Amino acid sequence: MKFGVVTFPGSNCDYDAYTAAKHVLQEEVEFLWHKSEDLLGSDVVILPGGFSYGDYLRAGAIARFSPIIGQVIQFARSGGIVVGICNGFQVLTECGLLPGALMRNSHLRFSCKYVYLRVENNTTRFTQACEKGEVLKIPIAHGEGNYYHFDDEIRILEDKGQVLFRYVDRQGNVTPEANPNGSLNNIAGIINEEGNVLGMMPHPERAVEEVLGSADGLKVFESIRASLATLTAVGEN
Amino acid sequence: MNSSRKAIVYVRLKDGVLDPQGVTIHKALTQMGYEDFLSVRSGRFFELEIKGDASNIDRKIDEVCSKLLANPVIEKYSVEKVK
Repeated sequence: MKFGVVTFPGSNCDYDAYTAAKHVLQEEVEFLWHKSEDLLGSDVVILPGGFSYGDYLRAGAIARFSPIIGQVIQFARSGGIVVGICNGFQVLTECGLLPGALMRNSHLRFSCKYVYLRVENNTTRFTQACEKGEVLKIPIAHGEGNYYHFDDEIRILEDKGQVLFRYVDRQGNVTPEANPNGSLNNIAGIINEEGNVLGMMPHPERAVEEVLGSADGLKVFESIRASLATLTAVGEN
Repeated sequence: MNSSRKAIVYVRLKDGVLDPQGVTIHKALTQMGYEDFLSVRSGRFFELEIKGDASNIDRKIDEVCSKLLANPVIEKYSVEKVK
């Protein structure tokens, strides 16, 4: 299987994602330049973290009009797996592949630390290697991660199991103190209704080896690999 | 000769959407001793210079506002035309 990692001007986690895929997962991976319109046969497209276009206007607002995004939208609409991490999540909401918006952190500070995430739904392509309710330790690093949507839209996301990760304390309790940015319902990551597009503020690619402080992020990548293996097996039958 | 025109676009958060910057500015004002202000909402504006012979400009301004300048999920915009 092949990962494609998009590089925008200002991306700074593209190498982390590349390294996670190439050296930890030992899968094929290519960088995809934002001006290209070719996904180079990627099975999974990652929009990495960083500060695309210097976060001018709104985080992700300009990157959303990069040539590659047209291809990413088409890829996602035809069922391709797309993962947006941090700035990538912001790009996915700006281009409409994921609902809602990411606003300035409620305390107005950039927040860079380990947080705990609870897996709310483990029947997805991104979490099938996790237990339901499992608590993952994964770092965040953002100033605009405050997830917002209208009340009734949030209700729909919750009802359909689209909220994948929630900020919790070490024991797995949803508390205001565990919420690093003011996100509604402590939401840290969501998927689209079809289940093939994930956006999350925390950085699983920065937590793929114990030496980094945690290897919990690897479960997201392993889930993706397992889901693709199943899809391929079905296709071959 | 075509003279250019201008439009000013104001973008602000929708009512009811928390504006942490506005809240912080309001706190600062109160600390400075200005206690007559009940709240502050922040926003931003864009000055668009328009070709004199542009056609359908109202529609185009509307498009750029909803596609790029504002995020319709959380923000609203208004346009003021200047000669």
